[in-house]
Amino acid sequence: MRHILSILVENEAGALSRISGLFSARGYNIESLTVAPTEDVTMSRMTIVTVGSEDVVEQITKQLNKLVDVVKVVDLTEGNHIERELMLVKVRAAGKDREEMKRLADIFRGRILDVTDKSYTIELTGTGSKLDAFLQAIEPGVILETVRTGASGIGRGERILRV
Amino acid sequence: MQLTGAEIVIRCLQEEGVEYVFGYPGGAVLNLYDELFKQDKVKHVLVRHEQGAVHAADGYSRSSTKVGVCLVTSGPGVTNAVTGIATAYMDSIPMVVLTGQVPTHAIGQDAFQECDTVGITRPCVKHNFLVKDVADLATTIKKAFYLAATGRPGPVLVDIPKDVTQARTEWSYPKSVSLRSYNPVTKGHSGQIKKAVQLLLDAKRPMVYAGGGVVLNNAAPQLTRLVRLLGFPCTNTLMGLGGFPGTDPQFTGMLGMHGTYESNMAMQHCDVLIAIGARFDDRVIGNPEHFFRSDRKIIHIDIDPSSISKRVKVDVPIVGYVADVLDEMLKLIESSPQRPDAAALKAWWGEIKEWQRKDCLRYDTKSDLIKPQYVIQKLYELTKGDAFITSDVGQHQMWAAQYYKFDKPRRWINSGGLGTMGFGLPAAMGVQLVNPGATVVTVTGEASIQMCIQELSTCKQYHLPIKVVNLNNRYMGMVRQWQEFFYGNRYAESYMNALPDFVKLAEAYGHVGIKVEKPADVDGALAEAFTHKDRLVFVDVITDQTENVFPMVPGGKGLTEMILAEEL
Repeated sequence: MRHILSILVENEAGALSRISGLFSARGYNIESLTVAPTEDVTMSRMTIVTVGSEDVVEQITKQLNKLVDVVKVVDLTEGNHIERELMLVKVRAAGKDREEMKRLADIFRGRILDVTDKSYTIELTGTGSKLDAFLQAIEPGVILETVRTGASGIGRGERILRV
Repeated sequence: MQLTGAEIVIRCLQEEGVEYVFGYPGGAVLNLYDELFKQDKVKHVLVRHEQGAVHAADGYSRSSTKVGVCLVTSGPGVTNAVTGIATAYMDSIPMVVLTGQVPTHAIGQDAFQECDTVGITRPCVKHNFLVKDVADLATTIKKAFYLAATGRPGPVLVDIPKDVTQARTEWSYPKSVSLRSYNPVTKGHSGQIKKAVQLLLDAKRPMVYAGGGVVLNNAAPQLTRLVRLLGFPCTNTLMGLGGFPGTDPQFTGMLGMHGTYESNMAMQHCDVLIAIGARFDDRVIGNPEHFFRSDRKIIHIDIDPSSISKRVKVDVPIVGYVADVLDEMLKLIESSPQRPDAAALKAWWGEIKEWQRKDCLRYDTKSDLIKPQYVIQKLYELTKGDAFITSDVGQHQMWAAQYYKFDKPRRWINSGGLGTMGFGLPAAMGVQLVNPGATVVTVTGEASIQMCIQELSTCKQYHLPIKVVNLNNRYMGMVRQWQEFFYGNRYAESYMNALPDFVKLAEAYGHVGIKVEKPADVDGALAEAFTHKDRLVFVDVITDQTENVFPMVPGGKGLTEMILAEEL
């Protein structure tokens, strides 16, 4: 099962390596990891997407909580949540492909950020599977470069993660 | 008052009531050593290798209730200390490790004796800090002591760059600290405790399985009261020995890979199992799939939530300090009109007594060769069970655990989790320093002792009258045993040619050496060793080379799949 863990950590040097080190030392999976400071500059918020059985994810949560720099851990997938990932993709856009690419970007609610006479750079936001779908929808040959942020997540409604 | 970083460190240690610091000087810690030199409240013990410093601080802590403290320099000082730190981490020993670091401006420049201390030690400490600003120094050291000793204890490292020890700041030491991200649950959930008590009172075939958490949390009195009040059988893990009196008729012996037949059988066949400060380690329950039984309820008390349901799913988890939880349970049981089912308990004890009839720890007492088991038994008798026993790792460790009966906690000092050869002698130094006048014995083997033998020199310098009992079988015995059982008697590299003359070696270090080669001489030699009250005595006992540790649960097998001595 895929789980999205939201983690509040002290904004200390080394906090990231404590967390990533925990995953590698204990053989847990990391599908993606994003981290940035929050509105409270003493804290960062991390989103880790991991895959594992219920037992394994329970252990991951407990082990994360044990780290002294970790303030709070929530498994977003335990309730309603919103998940978004940002992707920038540079595609070949010349000749007859150019119009088609623009149309496809519109369908996926993408925005074209940069244009040359041969390429578009498109910004797309959505769940990971939406971004996958976009990449599948275009011919692999026209993709020049992609960069993805990994998922960020937040609980729906009154589900709030803060100290 | 403005103080330098070095002055602050020493002041902090004084404030924490630190009596001994175990360490080794070097470039990055020279300012600290200079301050140590100028005062006499905190005494320094100069070891011969940094590993020894950490083991000594470890033994100091295990045999008292204090936090062990060590001090090493940057680079190789740190890397040498890592084995000791990992040893303490695996056994949850409260310790503060102070390490020197190159000056802040040199960090990351591949400076002389630089290493990424915080990075190298990160996976084997409870927490670590790099202090970049002298203004943070005192608070950080306070945090280190607080983290080391609370919750699930463990080593905490503070890395201090040399320029930070020179810089000045206003001195103040916080009375207490709190960290918003560190709030261990220490009080057990009352609903869960009630559930657990009911399960215990309703049990027909109960078993108490207690580990190192009982010792660490000073919960031996509570455990003893609980077991006696209920009339249940009790086993201890290797780390838990002494947590329940080893001579008590309700004690079924150690469990696990080299545990007693009766303890392992009772673990497997009980209907209610209460695990107290123990973690269902692979050396304790073997293969978890073989251990599983759908008709057995498990209660698990532990300070560390991540120890619960890690290897074995439990029915009633209770997170909290073992001593507090047991106090609560005792209150409930004492005020309850219900008592355990006496008839069921009698039948259960009948089964256990039947298993005990296997007499799984018996050995050949008529041999012409010295049996290591006999040496431990004799040691037990001579010290009236009242010594502090440290050990190294291997066969001798298991024999000491099996044949020395520990009635008190903190008397059995060994590296259980990491299994560190070389632990015994330096650990004994810490034990002797914090228990002056006590009988301290290191049970070791000729392979293990050579891993930290340089500490014999430290023992001389500080007049530590440790008794070293070297069970010398000219093999890495446990390796040899596995090779005999599982590798077709191919003894690859487990034999040591060219062993030193340990008597001469002991004498060279200024100690007394005794060699024993015949069974008839064992009693006399051990007795003689103890007559040298103020000397370290190294007793080199030439034992039967082929003796093995029984019972044995082979790796990956279930607890009841034991090999007993008679089966070979």
